[in-house]
Amino acid sequence: MAHAKPLATLRSATGIPTGRLAVWWVLASEVVIFGGLLGSYLMHRIGHPEWAAAAAHTQTWIGAVNTFVLLTSSFTAVLAHQAAERGNGKEAAKLLGLTILGALTFLVIKSFEWANEISHGYTITANTFWSFYYTAAGLHALHVIAGGIIMGFVAFDAYRGRELHRVELIGIYWHFVDVVWIFLFPLLYIAK
Amino acid sequence: MADTVADVHQHESAGHDDHHHEQNFFVKYLWSTDHKIIAMQYMFTGMFMGLIGGYMAYVFRMQLAFPGISVPGFGQVSPGEYNALITNHGSIMIFWLAMPVLIAAFGNFLIPLMIGADDMVFPRINRLSFQIFFVSVLVLLASLFVQGGGFGGAWTSYPPLSAESTYNLTDLGSSLWLLAVALEFVAFLLGGINFITTLMNSRAPGMKAYDIPIVCWMIVIASILFMLSVGPLIAGAVMLLFDQVLNTGFYDPTRGGDPILWQHLFWFFGHPEVYVVLLPAIGITVDVIATFARKKIFGYKLVLYTAVATGVLSFFVWAHHQFVAGIDPRMANVFTITTLLISVPIAELLFVMIATLYGGSIRLTTPMLWALAFIAEFLIGGVTGIFLGASGADIYFHDTYFVLAHFHYTFFPIAIIGTFCGFTYWFPKMFGRMMNETLGKIHFWGTIIPFNFIFIPLFVLGMGGQHRRIYNFQHFPELAGPEMYQLREIATISLLIMLAFQAVFFYNMIHSWLKGEKAGKNPWKSNTLEWTTESPPPHGNWPPDQMPVVYRGPYEYAHPDREEDYWPQDEPA
Repeated sequence: MAHAKPLATLRSATGIPTGRLAVWWVLASEVVIFGGLLGSYLMHRIGHPEWAAAAAHTQTWIGAVNTFVLLTSSFTAVLAHQAAERGNGKEAAKLLGLTILGALTFLVIKSFEWANEISHGYTITANTFWSFYYTAAGLHALHVIAGGIIMGFVAFDAYRGRELHRVELIGIYWHFVDVVWIFLFPLLYIAK
Repeated sequence: MADTVADVHQHESAGHDDHHHEQNFFVKYLWSTDHKIIAMQYMFTGMFMGLIGGYMAYVFRMQLAFPGISVPGFGQVSPGEYNALITNHGSIMIFWLAMPVLIAAFGNFLIPLMIGADDMVFPRINRLSFQIFFVSVLVLLASLFVQGGGFGGAWTSYPPLSAESTYNLTDLGSSLWLLAVALEFVAFLLGGINFITTLMNSRAPGMKAYDIPIVCWMIVIASILFMLSVGPLIAGAVMLLFDQVLNTGFYDPTRGGDPILWQHLFWFFGHPEVYVVLLPAIGITVDVIATFARKKIFGYKLVLYTAVATGVLSFFVWAHHQFVAGIDPRMANVFTITTLLISVPIAELLFVMIATLYGGSIRLTTPMLWALAFIAEFLIGGVTGIFLGASGADIYFHDTYFVLAHFHYTFFPIAIIGTFCGFTYWFPKMFGRMMNETLGKIHFWGTIIPFNFIFIPLFVLGMGGQHRRIYNFQHFPELAGPEMYQLREIATISLLIMLAFQAVFFYNMIHSWLKGEKAGKNPWKSNTLEWTTESPPPHGNWPPDQMPVVYRGPYEYAHPDREEDYWPQDEPA
């Protein structure tokens, strides 16, 4: 069933396309969600120097590899946007596919990491550092999963040359997911 | 520009043909993407929830005035039930009445119509927003009937009471309550993004920022406030849910957590939330006052900038809810100052309304009465807030009925008076018929007078030391004297009278809907764009080739150069 877009969707009084505007507002609401969580974590971390002992059990090198994977996937998202700008939907879809592959790699590494930690007794209830660790990284992982799924739909459309502007929108979102990780990595892994 | 408009219109007419084939009831009313139908869904769901919230108030007020009585329509109230009733009364009135009606219903109905658009920019997300909201209603109502009963830890849901089922004894009820609130937040985030982008991008040609009716601005500023304040609470709610379900210790001091953290996260949202619902109510009032004073509002830009200032300030007042929670007294001083400061912009908004009335040719229609009552009653709510914002006085007033009476004097004007004001004003546009003025005025006086008789005694009781959240005052000899019980009985009987008068409203609504006088396009002789189309507006709001174009601001009443005392926004100069 074809959905005709209302006139409202096609107007642009600000000069910014409606979709891009909406994505930025979505990100604004996400920033405060992660901001609240990380702010709470920071306040606790400052008040509890002994958490450093728990944080010493995180595996920084795995976090570093995952940072590299995510950054690379953001790079392919940029290339996909460029391809979409040129009107090359097939190329954009292929590059989005690579980005999804990056997301999957990230999640696979993460699940091995978590399985290892849980088997050593560092579960979400082990202490409040680990509670924050799993909550923050888990919320981020949910965003990775959601982003990957939406990207699948966008790539499907882009391959058929439809809705190419959405390649940029999912790219903006993907960079945000990336930036959140850039905050999580030093706060949860590097700070000992 | 002309080219693109024509181009867009062609798209538009092509699009509209799709919608005109036969739609069955389910598709038309439950699966609709039309902003007006979604607005009505929000409106009536909100009103229905308001009735449930009112019923709860009736039950626990009966218990307070006549302890141990078998309440007609409920039976005897147990302490657990009492806690569940007050908790869900508060949650429902704020999250399931004020929010859906003032923001979602009026926002959905008014924004596209007032800015001259045919719909929201994302109609399907709009529909999704209502559907999620509806699920949240079902989850909340279900939470009242599970094993152990509904959640009873107050709408603020402080841990450890809310986190430990060994304390609150409502294992399932508290998690379902939290889930319902979370779903409601998702619904309003989706709706809010829609409102903001629609207002920013979809205005009619010629409509500049200062040509937008105040009520649209207010709903959008409120949506932005909501969006920016709710994030930390979402994070906090996830932590609380994990504390409840996974047994983590985010709010448990014995395990490295901190219960005060929840209070910070909750009130960082909770205080801006007051302004989230207040601003739309003020917007409605300002629009109604301008129409019925037949006068340009005093200081359009002043109202707008003041609302923005209120919004910014509202992020720096939250800790006044925690003056007795053990926060640093130096911090309490800072928050006292910010809290008292925020009364300046709010006072400014009320002065603007009064200055607009000054010298106007005032018409005391039902919506205008509601608007005037808003000024009078909200003023009492605001002024009593000064005592609570000052940390010294608050130590004595904290958690007494003085606080309760104060915030009911703010929330009642917002959620009830604001709703009735907007509903009676836009009823002709929504349903194409006029409401009965006599019945409207009977309902108005039957609501306003008992309202004051409910809450003024509660101020007195609060100053007499009556604490909140007490199931039976007979257990406290110093609160059980006959003079205190008389005041409680006055409040409860006034509530019964007020609730009874709501029947007049519902009778008036249904009767006018079916048999009222036909309204025509513009019964109030108002300027804004929604009055330039049919009542009720058709799908798409205007015929595709007659979308409005704007030439001036929304409040050009009684212009000296004109014969007519109003000047519609879309009339060429």
